[in-house]
Amino acid sequence: MTFAAKANALWAYANPRKFLATTERVLPVFWWTAAACLAVGLVWGFFFTPDDYRQGSTVKIIYLHVPSALMAINCWLMMLATSLVWLVRRHHVSALAARAAAPVGIVMTLIALATGAIWGQPMWGTWWAWDPRLTSFLILFLFYLGYVALWEAIEDPDTAADLTSVLCLVGSVFALLSRYAVNFWNQGLHQGASVMRAAAITGSDTEEKVSNVFFVPLMVCIIGFVLLFIALVLYRTGTEIRARRIRALLARERAGA
Amino acid sequence: MIALLTRDLKLALRAGGGFGLGLAFFLIVTVMVPFAVGPQSALLATIAPGVLWLGALLACLLSLDRLLALDWEDGTLDLLATAPLPLEAVLSIKAMAHWLTTGLPLVLAAPVLGVLLNLPGPGFAWLVASLALGTPALSVIGTFGAALTVGLKRGGLLLSLLVLPLYVPTLIFGAEVARRGATGQDLSTPLLMLGGITAASIALLPFASAAVLRVNIR
Repeated sequence: MTFAAKANALWAYANPRKFLATTERVLPVFWWTAAACLAVGLVWGFFFTPDDYRQGSTVKIIYLHVPSALMAINCWLMMLATSLVWLVRRHHVSALAARAAAPVGIVMTLIALATGAIWGQPMWGTWWAWDPRLTSFLILFLFYLGYVALWEAIEDPDTAADLTSVLCLVGSVFALLSRYAVNFWNQGLHQGASVMRAAAITGSDTEEKVSNVFFVPLMVCIIGFVLLFIALVLYRTGTEIRARRIRALLARERAGA
Repeated sequence: MIALLTRDLKLALRAGGGFGLGLAFFLIVTVMVPFAVGPQSALLATIAPGVLWLGALLACLLSLDRLLALDWEDGTLDLLATAPLPLEAVLSIKAMAHWLTTGLPLVLAAPVLGVLLNLPGPGFAWLVASLALGTPALSVIGTFGAALTVGLKRGGLLLSLLVLPLYVPTLIFGAEVARRGATGQDLSTPLLMLGGITAASIALLPFASAAVLRVNIR
């Protein structure tokens, strides 16, 4: 198949029936591999890695903190992509996927904020600091809240999809702006990027990268979170599609009666 | 276009004191601050730029749900949408009218309230400058929020939830300009960023507002 043909084949999944049939088949795979990755990664991380020489055993919260923070941002990116697909090609599954992803994103943001606070308390001596990374996450959380609230407030699903899509686009620009604005506003306590670096790909231990002893189980956890996120979003999208069908059936029944 | 602007201005001025409401709110917020944090003048001087910016922002927010809702209720909005004027232009004018009736009075009143909060001398000019530069962005962003929520019952609360996160960058840079102006630091970077946000918002957001309004009056 050529690339164009492959790309066209992908749009076939915009058909709700095909989407449901396919996801029903692949969902168990995602659930089980996610569970396996998380079990292996978390158990490995919590019980079979040494304590950090400076941070002691508190470092182990990294196995929840980093993956959830990563997914909190990527969830918004995914919503941005599906919103664009909805605005351009008007596939309903796309809009429903964005709707299904938002609460997952909220939970990921909350996990990242909560584990960050629990980690920050012994390390920095404070639960919360007005640090750029922390603050921009709080703002991201507010964006999620507004997005979900707008979805819930509008009766007509197509109108809601249109409005939330535009909100997602505008919100992305402002979320990015806020990110740099708070950076400028205050330089804080949070450490720089130390997981996703070039050295991570080559596999070598360097000064500014997390040591491989921690890095390998962390990677397993991140893969587990990604798979869990995909499984949750597919599952919730399926639920949204079914809920929509029920509404359509009820409306038809009422019209017939 | 000018007819629409004068119509909106007249409505704001004549329709039951809505015009002064934002200003009165700004005054009340500013007066409440010393009660809340204590009357030490050194403390008030430090927080004055931020408080004045926050007060102006909230006063701006207060009048947003009236921006389109009245025209929505009496059907004017449908007429405007079918008028030969593009909807983007209509919304730009509405934002401009909102700024003239809400933002501009806030800018003019800010120095007086600065006296109440013991704002340091050099800060006055920069406070006015930052507000003059930043409040148009608040009006344009607010118009987007109003267009999003126009068809909803009790959209006012939702409106603030949607609009406040969008106000964050403007608030940070605006208050930073005022703060640095008051303490005599170099303020070119936040000033340029604030100007950039305002310019970009005025240039781009009317298209987003018009897009969501078209969906809402479909």
